[in-house]
Amino acid sequence: MTTPAITPEIVREHGLSEAEYQNILEILGREPNLVELGIFSVMWSEHCSYKSSRKHLSKLPTEAPWVVCGPGENAGVVDIGDGQVAIFKMESHNHPSFIEPYQGAATGVGGILRDVFTMGARPVALLNALRFGDPSHPKTRHLVAGVVSGIGGYGNCVGVPTVAGETTFHRAYNGNILVNAMCVGVAEADKVFYAAAAGVGNPVVYAGAKTGRDGIHGATMASAEFTEDSDAKRPTVQVGDPFTEKLLIEACLELMQKDCIVAIQDMGAAGLTSSSFEMASRGGTGIELELDRVPLREEGMVPYEVMLSESQERMLLVLKVGREDEARAVMEKWGLDFATIGHVTDTGRMVIRWHGEVAADLPIAPVSGASPVYDRPSVPTPPRLPIVGAAGSAPMDDRDALLVLLGCPDLASKRWIWEQYDHMVMGDTVQRPGGDAAVVRVHGTNKGLAVTSDCTPRYCEACPRTGGMQAVAEAWRNLIAVGAKPLAITNCLNFGNPERPEIMGQLVGAIDGMAAACRALDFPVVSGNVSLYNETEGRAVQPTPNIGGVGLIEDLGRMTGMAWQRPELALVLVGESNGWLGGSLYLREVMGREEGAPPQVDLPQERRNGDFVREVITARLVEACHDLSDGGLLVGLAEMCLASDMGASLDVPREATPSAWLFGEDQARYLLAVSPDALGDLRARARGRGVIARQVGTTGGRSLNVTGLVPISIDEMRARHEGWLPALMAGGH
Amino acid sequence: MRAAVITFPGSNCDRDLAVAMERCFDKPVARIWHQDTDLPPLDLIGIPGGFSFGDYLRCGAIAARSPVMREVARQAARGVAVLGICNGFQVLTEAGLLPGALLRNAGLGFVCRTVAMQVATASSPFTGSFAADARIALPVAHHDGNYQIDEDGLKRLEDEDRVAFRYLENPNGSMAGIAGVLSEQRNVLGMMPHPERAIEPLLGGSDGLPLFRSLMGALA
Repeated sequence: MTTPAITPEIVREHGLSEAEYQNILEILGREPNLVELGIFSVMWSEHCSYKSSRKHLSKLPTEAPWVVCGPGENAGVVDIGDGQVAIFKMESHNHPSFIEPYQGAATGVGGILRDVFTMGARPVALLNALRFGDPSHPKTRHLVAGVVSGIGGYGNCVGVPTVAGETTFHRAYNGNILVNAMCVGVAEADKVFYAAAAGVGNPVVYAGAKTGRDGIHGATMASAEFTEDSDAKRPTVQVGDPFTEKLLIEACLELMQKDCIVAIQDMGAAGLTSSSFEMASRGGTGIELELDRVPLREEGMVPYEVMLSESQERMLLVLKVGREDEARAVMEKWGLDFATIGHVTDTGRMVIRWHGEVAADLPIAPVSGASPVYDRPSVPTPPRLPIVGAAGSAPMDDRDALLVLLGCPDLASKRWIWEQYDHMVMGDTVQRPGGDAAVVRVHGTNKGLAVTSDCTPRYCEACPRTGGMQAVAEAWRNLIAVGAKPLAITNCLNFGNPERPEIMGQLVGAIDGMAAACRALDFPVVSGNVSLYNETEGRAVQPTPNIGGVGLIEDLGRMTGMAWQRPELALVLVGESNGWLGGSLYLREVMGREEGAPPQVDLPQERRNGDFVREVITARLVEACHDLSDGGLLVGLAEMCLASDMGASLDVPREATPSAWLFGEDQARYLLAVSPDALGDLRARARGRGVIARQVGTTGGRSLNVTGLVPISIDEMRARHEGWLPALMAGGH
Repeated sequence: MRAAVITFPGSNCDRDLAVAMERCFDKPVARIWHQDTDLPPLDLIGIPGGFSFGDYLRCGAIAARSPVMREVARQAARGVAVLGICNGFQVLTEAGLLPGALLRNAGLGFVCRTVAMQVATASSPFTGSFAADARIALPVAHHDGNYQIDEDGLKRLEDEDRVAFRYLENPNGSMAGIAGVLSEQRNVLGMMPHPERAIEPLLGGSDGLPLFRSLMGALA
């Protein structure tokens, strides 16, 4: 096979450094051909190899008695009892979504679904964490509209409910939005499928959609900074086909009921290359591929393109010998392509043939295992000063401040978004979007999975370590707040260019903080993804380690939500309130200042308060519960009033500085609505656990009445809260 | 009650509908693949929501030409009850079993929310257990639920009391707030709202239950 000589330009175009290329020459003992160079370039890309982050990721705790499978497989697996497991993962699709928001976001959903059903799970919930630029930036509206319709277009069609997520705005994302998608599935514990190619002679099978030229070098694109001509990269964005994905889900789950499959993996980033290399690497085997047998969508494709295509909705399987006809029948029933394209060997090599001629011959281990690991230099983020109790004179009173906060971009209702997602399909959504965590019933049982996604990027920017801790703690609290036992997290770490020491410092700090919180809360990491180079012309995004949390509610009869049902309930504040305003939304949105250290995360206190809240929820002492985070106590209470469609009174303690007490973002806090009859029991339990729990108000009425403020009607709050996003999208801001 | 639910490639509320029927009828529900043409004896055929064939042509257009739909039309003509929900409603209009058409929502976007509506007639096997003019709330989840029909057709529907449900908060621009219509024989109902998603308080409401109870009373 003739291929062009490898010049330094070609090496550079493949995103490989000179040192990396020297390494390739040593591994092979010869020059690679173009196909081989392409394979190295995607396998050693940041996106696939985690070369900048791997050293630090190893600090994250990944084990607990209920963890069945931690990071390293397609998704993480945790035990949820009764012979079932939950399988979940979060992944980024940032770069493609910025270039082509609809397809970028849609294929992000498609990819994360495949990571979950490839392991044998039926997907039951989708989440997404979205970070956009300044709302007034000329591109923002276009990006929001495209991303939201892309997520909806894909998730709605495949029929998996999109139940939760986060959407925030900040100018740091003007040139790099973040689109992270998470999927949770449920499988039988004894029917979990892994992706280790085993059994010499077993057929390697291709199933799903045909291969086209789309997405070639997507993984490489996701591993470089953007420049002004990034629009020219549009051809590297893949196109999604949710209908084929739906067929693929049903076909794979049907096939998994038969005893045919040895290993299965989806073709995601870097397509057939990464799926085949990873499967062989996990199995310690080799693979021979007859690449010309791959079903192709376009004429004249060459091996380089077939190996690097990121066409969507494709799976690679290793079957048991002799079961191909059975598997083919299932795929063909669902109208999907099926082709035996190779077999497993014991050579430890990937040999790729094209019409009988060898197109590539590479050792598996060095390509997938020995990709470079960098210990990149890092400098810690300089600490900021705490701002507690007083922050200077405010430009408005606390009543107006509440209204500003309820209608600010980060806190305003995201109904405009989640009403475009089918959040009820599958008939098991028992807590819909808009609460602390969404809850989906485990089909056919009285158990529920609580799911949430959380991160506060402004905290992470101010102090990556505290921010990393806080993101994990908030996910934990959100699960507790609906009455779930937090089980484990997945994460998607979105940062700028790791070759800059200050960015590397953010990554290292955030991982340190996450690790500490995961350990203290028994909340291990079971899967994840890293997205670096989220930078345009030297401007990086805020460090954004999005955390996806999953928890279990054993008995849905003991679930709580944000809404109370009746007046005269005591409002009980759990946790310490010191009026921490540093890094708060009050400081940013009301005072116009982005400064101060973020609120400290006291992990033992988080643990103590969270365990207490879960205990009193399980004991049925709590009628409504809300985690207090962005905007502090008053925003939290206002959100509960809106969810309940009922007012409340709030008594500001005489010794407190009102603004700081109302809007401070001290951590480890919850607000509970408790029947007066249950109050004594609850207080006694709090004392027993050393938890601060004090009554601060009462439910009832049609307005929020705060000591010293003119009452704020539900309608006025609702107008502010619900009005902002629709007005933005209608072009009103 | 002998009930069945059809699955087209891309159907995604087939399980939900079968689960709701089994729960309300307390009987197993047969599952029918779109290429099946040999149906068992049935009292009720459900055509579920979803995106049959991806809805890549007009919604429901390809499914309406599936082999099984010829059989559905034959059974409907013989008086078997047919319930089409969401994409199922689109399939029934495309198959000519119901008049009118479902266009892109007036707001152009997908809408998933619980909306208030009114039971417009209690005189059908699907609505007999509702109080006349009952106000109910059912979830909708669709991109193409904007019901349109020519003037004469609309007059006929109204004159013949064939509007089954009417939105009180119109989510999609449907003509005369129409959320569901009956066939001339009143044994075929197409509706955009999802009664199968409203059968227990835990899911946010149970206003869909009377529809299944009505069928139980009329057909079992």
